[in-house]
Amino acid sequence: MALSSAAALNPSGAKPKPFFAPGRVLIYALLIVTSIYYLVPLYVMIITSLKDLDQIREGNIFVPTLQPSFDAWVKAWSQACTGLNCTGLAPGFWNSVFITIPSVIVSIAVASISGYSLANWPFKLAEWCFTILLVGSFIPYQVFLYPLVIITREMGIYSTLYAVIFVHTVFGLPILTLLFRNYFASLPEELFKAARVDGAGYWRIFFQVMMPMSLPIFTVAVILQVTGIWNDFLFGVIYAGPTNYPMTVQLNNIVNSLQGVKEYNVEMAATILTGLVPLTIYFLSGKYFVRGIAAGAVKG
Amino acid sequence: MSEMKRPNPLLRNLPAKLATSPMIFIVLVVFVGSTIWTVASSFTGIKTLPIFTPQEFYDNWVGWDQYVRLWKTPRWITSITNLAIYGILFSGFAFIIGFLLAVLMDQKIRAEGVFRTIYLYPFALSFIVTGKVWAWILNPAFGLEKTVRDLGWASFSFDWLTNRDMSIYTVVIAGLWQGTGLVMALMLAGLRSIDDEIWRAARVDGIPKWRTYLQIVVPMMRPVMITIFVIVASGSVRVYDLVLALTQGGPGNSSQVPSMYIYEKLFVGALAQGTAASSMLLLATAVILIPWIVVEFGKKSRG
Repeated sequence: MALSSAAALNPSGAKPKPFFAPGRVLIYALLIVTSIYYLVPLYVMIITSLKDLDQIREGNIFVPTLQPSFDAWVKAWSQACTGLNCTGLAPGFWNSVFITIPSVIVSIAVASISGYSLANWPFKLAEWCFTILLVGSFIPYQVFLYPLVIITREMGIYSTLYAVIFVHTVFGLPILTLLFRNYFASLPEELFKAARVDGAGYWRIFFQVMMPMSLPIFTVAVILQVTGIWNDFLFGVIYAGPTNYPMTVQLNNIVNSLQGVKEYNVEMAATILTGLVPLTIYFLSGKYFVRGIAAGAVKG
Repeated sequence: MSEMKRPNPLLRNLPAKLATSPMIFIVLVVFVGSTIWTVASSFTGIKTLPIFTPQEFYDNWVGWDQYVRLWKTPRWITSITNLAIYGILFSGFAFIIGFLLAVLMDQKIRAEGVFRTIYLYPFALSFIVTGKVWAWILNPAFGLEKTVRDLGWASFSFDWLTNRDMSIYTVVIAGLWQGTGLVMALMLAGLRSIDDEIWRAARVDGIPKWRTYLQIVVPMMRPVMITIFVIVASGSVRVYDLVLALTQGGPGNSSQVPSMYIYEKLFVGALAQGTAASSMLLLATAVILIPWIVVEFGKKSRG
């Protein structure tokens, strides 16, 4: 009896949380303060790019301008100079597009097939290589920089678009193969067996059974690779060759080589323009992005 | 013997083997081959022309000379000191702040998605972009320092970007802004994987929440934490673009990092010196990796 009355007095289930309890207020206050810290650079970048140089010199970096103007954006896109070359960021943008698209396709093709082999058609050599790959993904890039110059030179592609595609495929391989291997391994085995019994071979099972079920993981892989490759600087500088320099390289050159008066508004506009593609992808695809980066930590 | 031959085991599942060959090629040639080449050539005196045959390696062998020279170079000492400062502060703070943010996010808050989006968006940006933004904010002539002075605090000083003793700390600030969100997201995933039963049991026993976190949840998350630590620490060894965009290694050589030294030596005719420096980074990574390998491959054998 006593037990049941006690139970009646203490309702089970989670306690309803009042919104304004002191502890809750503290939690939200902390979260909001840290959010502001994370947002300030984006805010400063945007308002600086909308000011003219006089407003920058007179005002302070946190106060927005009352007469916003997109002149700096236009200049950053099409007129800003690196040395004597005044083409703006536009050529770098297109180079980044031409690097990113084939690199994403090739790296995902190689990795998805490798992951499929590891999950469904495993053999010793492939499994050893995969273990090496997982450990190898932590090796600093600096160890591979010069050997990759030699390898791409031997392949006859050094300093071309193909070299940078190859290098992105190499460095995307560990994380992507892991992602695909784990995904394919999580699909019900009966599907694979039934297809085998029906006489389907390696490629047919991949294209007609596995791929149609793998849209989510391909989405995660595309997001991971597009942002990663777009943001790359080092491989672009070394392997792409000067005519193919990606946007990040051009941004760095523009900011470092502005002669005479430093045009901070143009610098910030160029910086936003360079970050715009990955930011857009990020804001549109929040959950998938988180899944992609979490895949690296939750190794199976 | 019957006429039917046993199929050659090497040819079994041939399409699978052919399709996996690009990965095998990359692993053996790029990951294994390059690592061996880099380490081996660091014991030679090569300058611009790479060598391949054992005879060439024998002819150019100089033993530990490159390493002796490396550790006598003041710029390398500065670089490796900076890397230690950056690596320890960045990993440490990212770890602590990331964990605290994850705990706050785990309190069944409203608008969790909004907060997560805000904390994680810098991670989607290029290091070059992050470096340029912080270079602008920390610019003493126009940024934070000027702003605070204009508000009336005339003696306020925040010139780390142009101060030889402090420039490497600006890299830590910018790096934390970019990287803490990742740690938060990974920690949150780890916290969410803790069984609700454990929370219920702790509550029934009257253990306060903060003690449950410290004494029960954190120890349970040890494997996740080791993985996160390895990701963060091995990532910080590579730091390059961020420094390039933020300080260009300056003022002077004050914020140089090893990858800048390596890049320069590799491509200006001191190849073996560059590979020796790369091998030192490889060694540093190996030290960081050991705990992860113990956890990752130890748990499989324990079954």
